[in-house]
Amino acid sequence: MQLGRVVGQVIATQKDDALQGKTMLVIQPLDKSGGDHGRTVVAVDGVGAGVGERVYCCRGKEASLVWYPDQVVPTECSIVGIVDKVYVE
Amino acid sequence: MLLGRVVGTVVATRKDPRLEGKKLLVVRIIDPEGRDQGGYVIAVDTVGAGFKEKVLLVSGSSARMAGECKDCPVDTAIVGIIDSVEMNS
Repeated sequence: MQLGRVVGQVIATQKDDALQGKTMLVIQPLDKSGGDHGRTVVAVDGVGAGVGERVYCCRGKEASLVWYPDQVVPTECSIVGIVDKVYVE
Repeated sequence: MLLGRVVGTVVATRKDPRLEGKKLLVVRIIDPEGRDQGGYVIAVDTVGAGFKEKVLLVSGSSARMAGECKDCPVDTAIVGIIDSVEMNS
């Protein structure tokens, strides 16, 4: 899983049926000190995150398990938690 | 998931039988502001995207979860047509 910050939202009317009603957010991956790290990705929101919040994302096929078995959602990046604090030694 | 812009089509007569009837598009990866990023990908279209449209791409094994791609040899699929991207300035 990966730390990130929500920096935007993607609006799409025409999309896969399993994505209907789901929020798609633009995520800037972060390093351990909170700085930007790498390119932005689009993630499907599974927890109700908002723009500006720090979140952690599940990558890969497992990202679709957030909605499994009710739905099979075609995503390889999902927001699975909103970060309160990060402690790094 | 990544953002992209459709820049072309791929025509292939001889292909895996499970890909028959599927539309293959050449997609340039873009950032949320619409600027070109490195690389092109070939993606299976599941939503009826057209030339120059901005699209949402799902890659890896999650691409097989897109509509009509179950059990197909596909690793990138177009799952949405983007209306707009709202960035937090």
